[in-house]
Amino acid sequence: MHFQPTEEQRDLRAGVRELLARRYGREALRASVDTGVTVDRALWRELGEAGFFALRLPEAEGGVGLGLPEAVLVFEEAGRALLPGPLVATHLAAGVVPGAAAGTAVVTAFDLGDGLVAYLGEADAVLGAPGVPAGSPVRSADPLTPLHRVTSYADRSADGSADGSADGSADGSADGSADSSIGRSSYRSQGALLTAALQLGSALRTVELAVRYAGEREQFGQPIGAFQAVKHLCAQMLVRAEVARTAVYAAAVTQDPAEVAGAKLLADAAAVRNARDCLQVHGGMGFTWEADVHLHLKRAWVRAEQWRTAAEAEELLAEELLGSAV
Amino acid sequence: MDLTYTEEEQDFRARLRAWLGKALPELPVKPSPDDWPGRRAYDLGWQRRLYDAGYAGLHWPVDAGGRGATPTQHLIFLEETERAGAPYVGANFVGLLHAGPTIAAEGSAEQRARWLPPVLRGDEVWCQGFSEPDAGSDLASLRTRAVRDGDDYVVTGSKIWTSHAEVADWCELLVRTDPAAPKHRGISWLAMPMDAPGVTVRPLRTLAGSTEFAEMFLDEVRVPVANRVGAENDGWRVTMVTLSFERGTAFVGEVVACRRTLGELARTAKANGRWDDPVLRRRLGRLYGEFGALWRLTQWNVSEAERSGGVPGIGGSVFKLAYSHARQELYDAAAEVLGAGSLSLDEEWTLDRLSSLSYTIAAGTSQIQQNIVAERILGLPKGR
Ligand SMILES: Cc1cc2nc3c(=O)[nH]c(=O)nc-3n(C[C@H](O)[C@H](O)[C@H](O)COP(=O)(O)OP(=O)(O)OC[C@H]3O[C@@H](n4cnc5c(N)ncnc54)[C@H](O)[C@@H]3O)c2cc1C
Repeated sequence: MHFQPTEEQRDLRAGVRELLARRYGREALRASVDTGVTVDRALWRELGEAGFFALRLPEAEGGVGLGLPEAVLVFEEAGRALLPGPLVATHLAAGVVPGAAAGTAVVTAFDLGDGLVAYLGEADAVLGAPGVPAGSPVRSADPLTPLHRVTSYADRSADGSADGSADGSADGSADGSADSSIGRSSYRSQGALLTAALQLGSALRTVELAVRYAGEREQFGQPIGAFQAVKHLCAQMLVRAEVARTAVYAAAVTQDPAEVAGAKLLADAAAVRNARDCLQVHGGMGFTWEADVHLHLKRAWVRAEQWRTAAEAEELLAEELLGSAV
Repeated sequence: MDLTYTEEEQDFRARLRAWLGKALPELPVKPSPDDWPGRRAYDLGWQRRLYDAGYAGLHWPVDAGGRGATPTQHLIFLEETERAGAPYVGANFVGLLHAGPTIAAEGSAEQRARWLPPVLRGDEVWCQGFSEPDAGSDLASLRTRAVRDGDDYVVTGSKIWTSHAEVADWCELLVRTDPAAPKHRGISWLAMPMDAPGVTVRPLRTLAGSTEFAEMFLDEVRVPVANRVGAENDGWRVTMVTLSFERGTAFVGEVVACRRTLGELARTAKANGRWDDPVLRRRLGRLYGEFGALWRLTQWNVSEAERSGGVPGIGGSVFKLAYSHARQELYDAAAEVLGAGSLSLDEEWTLDRLSSLSYTIAAGTSQIQQNIVAERILGLPKGR
């Protein structure tokens, strides 16, 4: 058994980190917050060219032919960079919705409850749905995740797009998706896992931000990171992120639905709680619009509602637990 | 990233499983927790069986009498023995998991020949005399003194919280050999025979009512200088070796056990109707996810250790922080499943709940582990 990333996997992750640092560094992040342009079409195409969306499509279909573990490492980096846009839905749509694989189409999904849809105004298609419905804009808590409320699809989105599309009821993309390598019945599980990977990246990133600030900011004549109260916040952040990391990686390897649910649960908690603790470490600065911390927290809140909520994950795990016990 | 076991590892698992299937039914009845001589005999008897079957000191180096197994094989061993319900390492804990490995790594040839085989054969029990009444988290401030007198050290002082002291033959003892040196520099690591004149053991009652550990009073105890492992005043470094073993794989079997307990909790809750409470049900579901992740973290750490040559890494502190907390949550959930029944000490889970309270204290408190993670992994500055 060798449960560590291979050299190729490490290289892949490093390559994506480098690409994102170059194309979506802090200035680009803040620019999208300021302008409200959340999906940059040019960048979307570049991501497509780099194989971000076609990563798991077979090479015969023009994809990169890699697997979920690789996808998880790539999404971890996107989470770290706070890259906006319906990344997960477009990735799942590769090979199903024309243009998704290449990054020429932006595809969203009914992955949120309560009739809310993210990035509807930016989207060319909705995963598993016949068209792009109309919706009324909702003021979003996350400046980088525009939201719409869609009434005509509210009932379907409430129980998740994946379930809707899995039984074929919402299949409007007659394009040979049936023999796609990404079986649609597992959209929901895969969506949850990739979202968990985004959360993981964010959770790891906020540890770094907190540790860096704690080493620089001085009070009482020493760096605040020398104070135990601060040290312990940081240590717990790392513990959460590391436990979530192994859960996410293992779920990517096994693809076991219960393990995926556990990974989503732990990664959601790590991202949300780490962002909070990071904010605390930053003190008053943490409460400002200018610090990036709130962007991590708000996005973590959004993702926690996507594909699989904590309540759903816990119920699924409970069912699995009971099954394993008999 | 891979979670499949190699053919060799699968073979190893299959052979071990077959052996356990034969060995376990032959075990004597488990003694009651208060029966110390009985527990000692039981634990040593199991060690002897392991020895005869070639499973003793699996992870020890071959030249120390071990099997030189890879960390993954050791992991499989711990997983399978726990899954089969084999006895826990028990009284052999200190000898097998840290005193032994420390002697194997730092001891002379004579010391290895003297102390290692009896640990593996199940002839001798060790205990750990590190903590003192005034030196707990701040272990290096220990005061028990050892004064050289010819070929002996004369040791005077006291130790506390010494697990298994009542039945131990040997004690890995930290003593101050140079009171004038800075506190980390004047310490030595000694192997002290527990039957030496001047050693008094007084059992301490734990909050669970048991006598897991004891106080130890040392009154001019003569310990041969030849029993010192490592150089004089170099004991702190040797201690760090010991502690890295202590935190390395000590909890593997327990994670497996906790996962099994969780399954039993679910079944009990289903039977007594509490499973219908969504709050409790979801809580158990979350714990199932957490213990699943902790098992994966174990595999992750073991894979990392294998890559870096078998040394247990600092990841042990990350694991211990998460695990000790999850274990306490588990038994709190058990109490909820039992309801008022959890107030009875006849419930095994109630005793486990009480003992889980030690996990955030023993082997370095959570606060100390957090300092270690913050300073040594995250690189935050030391406080003044
Ligand atoms: C079940 C059990 C078995 C044990 N077995 C053994 C054994 O076999 N051999 C042995 O030598 N020892 C043993 N111990 C002792 C154990 O290692 C110590 O209890 C532990 O290291 C804590 O020391 P202490 O009890 O003196 O607590 P203290 O060090 O007095 O700590 C008290 C509180 O203060 C906190 N604290 C202390 N220093 C700091 C700091 N720098 N920063 C933040 N918080 C701090 C602690 O976290 C804790 O909450 C055992 C303990 C238990 C509970």
